[in-house]
Amino acid sequence: MPENDSVAQLGLDEYKYGFKDPENYLFKSRKGLDEEIVRHISAQKNEPEWMLQRRLKALKHAQKRPWPTWGGDLSGLDFDNIYFYIRPSERVGRTWDEVPEDIKNTFERLGIPEQERKFLAGAGAQYESEVVYHSLKEEWEKQGVIFKGMDDGLRDHEDIVREYFGTVVPHQDNLFAAVNTAVWSGGSFVYIPKGVKLDMPLQAYFRINAEAMGQFERTLIIVEEGAEMQYIEGCTAPSYSQDSFHSGVIEIIVKEGGRMRYTTIQNWSHNVYNLVTQRAKVGRNATMEWVDGNLGSKLTMKYPSCYLMGEGARGEILSIAYAGPGQHQDAGGKVVHMAPHTSSRIVSKSISKGSGRSSYRGLLKVEKGAHHVKSNVECDALLLDEEARTDTYPYIEIEEEHASIGHEATVSKIGDEQLFYLMSRGLSEDEAATMVVRGFIEPLVKELPMEYAVEMNKLIQLQMEGSVG
Amino acid sequence: MAEPLLKITNLHAEIAEDGTEILRGLDLELNEGEIHAIMGPNGSGKSTLSKVISGHPAYEVTDGEILFRGESVLDMQPDERARAGIFLAFQYPVEIPGVSVANFMRTAINAKRGEEVDIFDFQEELESRMEMLEMDPAFALRSVNEGFSGGEKKRNEILQLAMLQPELAVMDETDSGLDIDALRIVTAGINRIKEQKKDMAVLLITHYQRMLNYITPDKVHVMVEGRIIRTGGPELALELEERGYDWIREEMAGVA
Ligand SMILES: Nc1ncnc2c1ncn2[C@@H]1O[C@H](COP(=O)(O)OP(=O)(O)OP(=O)(O)O)[C@@H](O)[C@H]1O
Ligand SMILES: [Mg+2]
Repeated sequence: MPENDSVAQLGLDEYKYGFKDPENYLFKSRKGLDEEIVRHISAQKNEPEWMLQRRLKALKHAQKRPWPTWGGDLSGLDFDNIYFYIRPSERVGRTWDEVPEDIKNTFERLGIPEQERKFLAGAGAQYESEVVYHSLKEEWEKQGVIFKGMDDGLRDHEDIVREYFGTVVPHQDNLFAAVNTAVWSGGSFVYIPKGVKLDMPLQAYFRINAEAMGQFERTLIIVEEGAEMQYIEGCTAPSYSQDSFHSGVIEIIVKEGGRMRYTTIQNWSHNVYNLVTQRAKVGRNATMEWVDGNLGSKLTMKYPSCYLMGEGARGEILSIAYAGPGQHQDAGGKVVHMAPHTSSRIVSKSISKGSGRSSYRGLLKVEKGAHHVKSNVECDALLLDEEARTDTYPYIEIEEEHASIGHEATVSKIGDEQLFYLMSRGLSEDEAATMVVRGFIEPLVKELPMEYAVEMNKLIQLQMEGSVG
Repeated sequence: MAEPLLKITNLHAEIAEDGTEILRGLDLELNEGEIHAIMGPNGSGKSTLSKVISGHPAYEVTDGEILFRGESVLDMQPDERARAGIFLAFQYPVEIPGVSVANFMRTAINAKRGEEVDIFDFQEELESRMEMLEMDPAFALRSVNEGFSGGEKKRNEILQLAMLQPELAVMDETDSGLDIDALRIVTAGINRIKEQKKDMAVLLITHYQRMLNYITPDKVHVMVEGRIIRTGGPELALELEERGYDWIREEMAGVA
């Protein structure tokens, strides 16, 4: 089917990242998930035996693990109809000139090399199953920072990977973590040495190009004592009639006094199942912040988590979700307080329109012995019309007496009075609605780095065009 | 005399949801540059009239006509009416959380002018208008009307009026909620705007004569039960203040 036809049929013409490249792949697996494919992936990567064994173990687990019955509707996701591994190119480029022409052009169109020049300490780009580009500015390399594709990370730093891989998100955690562990490919390996403070972010960009593609990146980030860094990921895909599947696992360890912020701006086309597990273990007096922007995808189920393991640790989860017609954003966050004097904050803002549905799903747990915990959860939902839907599933488990826990949830509908007020000043109905929505998410957007705040506002505006009336 | 700026004839309007009629054959004419006051008891339909002029979707016009510069506005959306030069200062301004006064004003001015205003010109203009209304510059960065006191909300409405410079300003109880000093400042502001833009017409809805001490109307209308039942000069307002509305009702009953 010609691209334009399929795009028009899906009614996704407002999605401006929907262009695609011809497929000139080195290898494309057959569809489906089985041992042969897992062994093939491992062999292609020349992996150590222990990693193959991990994969096979995880595969066994995935094959007998029941599918979740909560969250979104997964009935349209059929593993037999997904390509679990596509190798687009020979090797990882260190400069953009080493990246195959088509793929390079795609990332140019997405503005990645430009962002890299302007404000990033390093950038990585993954295309289908493999990292095609990875680069870190020299000044950081000199200070011992490691920022590589995960495959290279495993090859060059096997001892570190072996020590931490699967310790934050074990494969038994959930079905999709098991699948990821079995077929993982790509993602980033990041190591920030003790005391090193990156003042510019690292960014990874994920692109799916093929139809019915499965992308399973695996990221491992270690922030040593007193180190600081910001990591940003973005993602897009063309629109197809057959659904794709993205299921990453992100494991983060922030050691004593370290600081880490992980920002996601997820803008998959509306035919991607986005089922991601992101989790951080946070040490003594360390801080972990998740900023999670979910704008695209057909269904997202994603709950960034902080395990506050050291005394004085802090976790923050800021989540923005936009569910347009046909989309379901099941997002939220999870914080487990495992040590005394730990604190956390979850702020979630969701917007739903038409048949779109957003859910806040959160877990706040205070374990026995974690006294003097402070936590605040705030979730606000904005509905743009009568049809739109939102649900809140806050789970709170407190096993310790001295805890100060706040929880607040609001649902509001974009008001006729608000729209009339703005329109009576000359704003069109779309402009008025966009303004109300921007105001609604403003408290979160202003916490983003400037470039991403601008991007987020632009994306919201694109989504809002033609949204009311 | 040239054609009136605003000409309302036999206007009937009802609440769209349940069909309750609020405006019941209202006539009103306002020329360029004129100031008219509308007074009337609670619930007589004054705010409804102001919203119907601006095109609020909660009301349906079932009969009659509203001509603005000779052209019907009934098929125009509220934003088209605004861009044509109709402004409504709300009795109960709405809060828009997360949107700063400055951002809102700039978007509105861009919409009205159909082009991007220069950011520095805009800043300068906003600051000088705020100064005129003795508003703390910090208001520019606060969310529109959020947490504003009653009087601050009204001042913010007049700030918008000053920035947008409409042809017709409908002010719905701008005086209520203002303390004595604020009333003086706000009315002085309105007079200043009027000096700068002499052809701007003003329709003042008020319950109290005291506002008219500062802004002298050319005409005063009395509205009862969705109709203008009497029109006079500024002296009518004084008389109403003294005697209330019953005597007019009675006179009307006598006539009917
Ligand atoms: N949207 C609405 N829904 C229900 N009733 C309404 C609506 N708008 C107006 N009304 C009713 O119509 C009548 C006129 O209301 P309106 O606000 O126009 O009066 P008013 O003259 O401005 O009164 P006040 O002096 O108290 O401001 C009132 O009885 C009011 O309750
Ligand atoms: Mg009123």
